Amino acid sequence: MTSDDNPYDLLAEEHGEDQRWAFGTGFTDPLAGVDTAVPAGVDAADLAAYCLMLADDALIYSHRLQQWMTRLPELEEETAVANIALDLLGQARLLLARAAAADPSLGADEDRLAFFRDEPQFRNVRLVERADADFAELVSRMFVFATWRLALFERLRASADPVLAAIAARAVSELAYHRDYAAQWVVRLGDGTDVSRDRVRHGLAAVWPLTDELFTRHPVEESLAGVAADPAAVRSETDLVIDTVLSTAGLERPDAAPLGQVSGHTGRDGVHTEDLGYVLAELQSVARAHPDATW
Amino acid sequence: MVTATAREVAAATPDPELPPLTIADLGILRSVEHEGDTVVATITPTYSGCPAIREIGVDLRRRLAAAGFGRVEVRTRLAPPWSSDWITAEGRRKLAEAGIAAPHAASGQSGPVPLTLLPARPQVACPLCGSPRTTRTADFGATACKALYRCDECREPFEYVKEI
Repeated sequence: MTSDDNPYDLLAEEHGEDQRWAFGTGFTDPLAGVDTAVPAGVDAADLAAYCLMLADDALIYSHRLQQWMTRLPELEEETAVANIALDLLGQARLLLARAAAADPSLGADEDRLAFFRDEPQFRNVRLVERADADFAELVSRMFVFATWRLALFERLRASADPVLAAIAARAVSELAYHRDYAAQWVVRLGDGTDVSRDRVRHGLAAVWPLTDELFTRHPVEESLAGVAADPAAVRSETDLVIDTVLSTAGLERPDAAPLGQVSGHTGRDGVHTEDLGYVLAELQSVARAHPDATW
Repeated sequence: MVTATAREVAAATPDPELPPLTIADLGILRSVEHEGDTVVATITPTYSGCPAIREIGVDLRRRLAAAGFGRVEVRTRLAPPWSSDWITAEGRRKLAEAGIAAPHAASGQSGPVPLTLLPARPQVACPLCGSPRTTRTADFGATACKALYRCDECREPFEYVKEI
């Protein structure tokens, strides 16, 4: 059989090397043509580490949302969650590419960072690792995550790194939609039937122990004043939004102790729950089984 | 003269997800310039995860190459972020023709984004019968840039390009 018999090769030939055989399956640097020089006075390794944190939050959470596909209660929720997962994947790609460009000593591009790092090298908060038990837990987690991330990204629009500032400026309008979508569902479930109220109460209780970690300042964030957003500083505005939504929904803040740290370490230090391993196994297995493949 | 031609070729590139509209109609094409013997086309993605942006880049290169421009470079510009306000009058006309409601003006805020718990949305007129009596059925449609509506008058569902 010659290569001409392969329909994929034929299609590739027809469209030139540049074009892959299916829409959306080709990947190029999302920062192509963008000036990625690290501003003077900014530590490149710290900037890359910070971008990895923000990228990993979005990458892992996007994957968890993708696992919901075909399992959501209605078509409208299916398209909403798919679009939210896609937005977050786009944010993750830009941030991974920013990390790779900022610190060439990482020796990695966007794909290597996504597919060939192991659990301890991931820097996401633990909130995003867990699978949701039901739709009420999905909207509870999304509500907390999007409210917090939106508050951070609103500040990052003024980051001293112009690339990070540009990524944040785009992401803010996306995250505002995510937050409103989840908040409206929290209200609808909390203000609904006994069953829906019970479900969302459980959903909030399940994610609550993981919220404290969101507002804990990491040394990388401390050393990047003017570049990073201080997570401790967004706590009060995040709390205000959360309390507004919960009181509208007729719900109370769960009374739950924060999930413990491990020798003072959490997700930002690469210390994760066992759930992350399951996400990575699924996310990375194809790339690792075929390390030389082109997509 | 040559620049105008390169611009015309680039501007005619259709959007893969809204094929009646070109990337110029949508405001995705930011500039077409000559740098030495290279044509540089600069584009701004609509959403962070827009899967069409790569196809647009490929198509741009292919079209410019076919028009005789030997060296072509496609660059991404992230700042300022794309706004639905950049859709041209021609683009809005084509949207309406395709049965898609064109976006209202974006707020363009720079401070904290206010929380929206109630559907206090701008009224969107039905692109099919023109009735102002419509209901938003979902904030997200088949693509990230669109929401779903239903006309309370003619009962037809339709898409609305979200204002961002």
